[in-house]
Amino acid sequence: MIPSLAGLVVFTAFPVIFSLVISLFDWNMIAAPRFVGFDNYTSLFTRDRIFQEVSWNTLVFLVSIVPIQMTFSIMLALALNLRLPGTAVFRVIYYIPVITTIVAAALIFQFIFDRNYGILSAVIWNLIERWSIPITPPDWLNHPGWSKVAVVILTLWKNFGFSTIIFLAALQSIPQEMYEAAAIDGANVWQQFWKITLPMISSTTFFIFIILCIGAFQLFGESFILTRGGPGYATMTIVQYIYQSAFEFFRMGRASAVAWVLFAAIFVFTIIQWHVQRHWVYYETGER
Amino acid sequence: MLSSFSKPKLSPPLWQLVVWMLLAVGSIFMMMPFAWTLSTSLKSPGQIFTYPIVWIPDPPVWENYRQVISIVPFGRFYANSLFVAICATTLEVVIASLAAFAFARMRFWGRDQLFMLYLATLMIPGQVTLIPSFLIIRAFGWYDTYQALIVPGAFSAFGTFLLRQHFRTIPIELDEAAQLDGASSIWIWWRIIMPLSTPGLVTFAIFSFLGQWNSFLWPLIVTSSMEMRTLPLGLSMFQSQYSVQWNLLMAGTVIAIAPLLLIFIIGQRWIIRGTASGIPATRL
Repeated sequence: MIPSLAGLVVFTAFPVIFSLVISLFDWNMIAAPRFVGFDNYTSLFTRDRIFQEVSWNTLVFLVSIVPIQMTFSIMLALALNLRLPGTAVFRVIYYIPVITTIVAAALIFQFIFDRNYGILSAVIWNLIERWSIPITPPDWLNHPGWSKVAVVILTLWKNFGFSTIIFLAALQSIPQEMYEAAAIDGANVWQQFWKITLPMISSTTFFIFIILCIGAFQLFGESFILTRGGPGYATMTIVQYIYQSAFEFFRMGRASAVAWVLFAAIFVFTIIQWHVQRHWVYYETGER
Repeated sequence: MLSSFSKPKLSPPLWQLVVWMLLAVGSIFMMMPFAWTLSTSLKSPGQIFTYPIVWIPDPPVWENYRQVISIVPFGRFYANSLFVAICATTLEVVIASLAAFAFARMRFWGRDQLFMLYLATLMIPGQVTLIPSFLIIRAFGWYDTYQALIVPGAFSAFGTFLLRQHFRTIPIELDEAAQLDGASSIWIWWRIIMPLSTPGLVTFAIFSFLGQWNSFLWPLIVTSSMEMRTLPLGLSMFQSQYSVQWNLLMAGTVIAIAPLLLIFIIGQRWIIRGTASGIPATRL
């Protein structure tokens, strides 16, 4: 008990307060800290164009990754739940990217998206030549828009299996009798999906939704390795901005302020979702 | 297998065949990046960009691996990653299980309030504590040491919560019987609670290990010397130095991924079951 408590105090509780204090100072770790009040916070929203860009990027990643990943993993989980031959193998295959080191995964995709040597460009060039389509493959990692797409693809590929496995567990916990009863009443597969499956897994859907959103807010390794946040700041996320401010530019106060803004954003977002979920999440036991 | 066929089939076989094909195609897409990585790691520079794509290089250039190992101390990175992950995991499991035992079994003043505080810390994103933790490590004089890599990761509020839930499912009569025989709390923890929670502990340990092994941001911040680098960091450094030599980079990637795959194949059952119960939500 004591070691755990001491550890959490030293590495969580104290840092939280310390971080709040630092965020009120202008401090580069060399000169003495200078108290600036909430200046670090106000400047983020009024003067700091980079912060605004990285916030926008993070939001773009969130609204593209979360819905796509949820849709596809529900579909995949439904397919795996049919228990067709080889399901155990498929499950393992879809899960392997989840346990892969993010650095390695990003490195592989850097190669895939490479303009000159990448397999993607090679395939696209080949298609272009075969059907003489008048387009050129994008320079994925050096184009402000396409580099975002590349980050989204990497993130989806890597995390897809994770949400699928959770959905699959939820599907397997639905009592089979419900479908049998519905089938007797003449409900077709489509109606069964909307009237039984979706409501029965809605608490899982909510859980995954929250987890994925928080994960998207905290995106770092994917874009940090794949694109280094570039070109320019096109794929830089809030977390990478914290890292850059603190450990490349040594603006400890500003970095701490960004961390708190991120925390506040996640917190508010989760609270809102928590209230909204009452209208669409079904709990069997009537709790919450 | 038999039981799966006794289920009522609501869809025609053709439909299922299509689904199966889609699953197969999907899994090929999921595996393609790995296959290509492996293939490229065995190519000579001249073979990397050829079309149509050559999947099995002839002859395979095993020399790439020897070269990678000779220019980058991957052995050292491995040893570091392994050492850090094992130490941190062991500490994390022991410390979290002791705390969980206290929360689940002992009565002390303010226990439930303290537990709520533990839960509250779960909401705080790691980025908030990142900078102060770094400053604390520096103040301890631990910058660029193993302690810096291991100690901060050893305290898990999540693990405490998870194991407490596990411990509470163990009948309290077992404790009471041991207490009548004069057993100490530590004895009960070690001889009764821990052995009976093996599945939960194993699952938690595997995820803890994977999380430590894959950790990137924290080692990036608290280490600077080559001797202290863990595998993800070493790979990232290798990338910035050899950015166009894809065959070597991919060989390095294979070296970095291989042990994870091994762990996954061995612990596959636990990992997938653990995910299904939502464990790695905060870890991966």
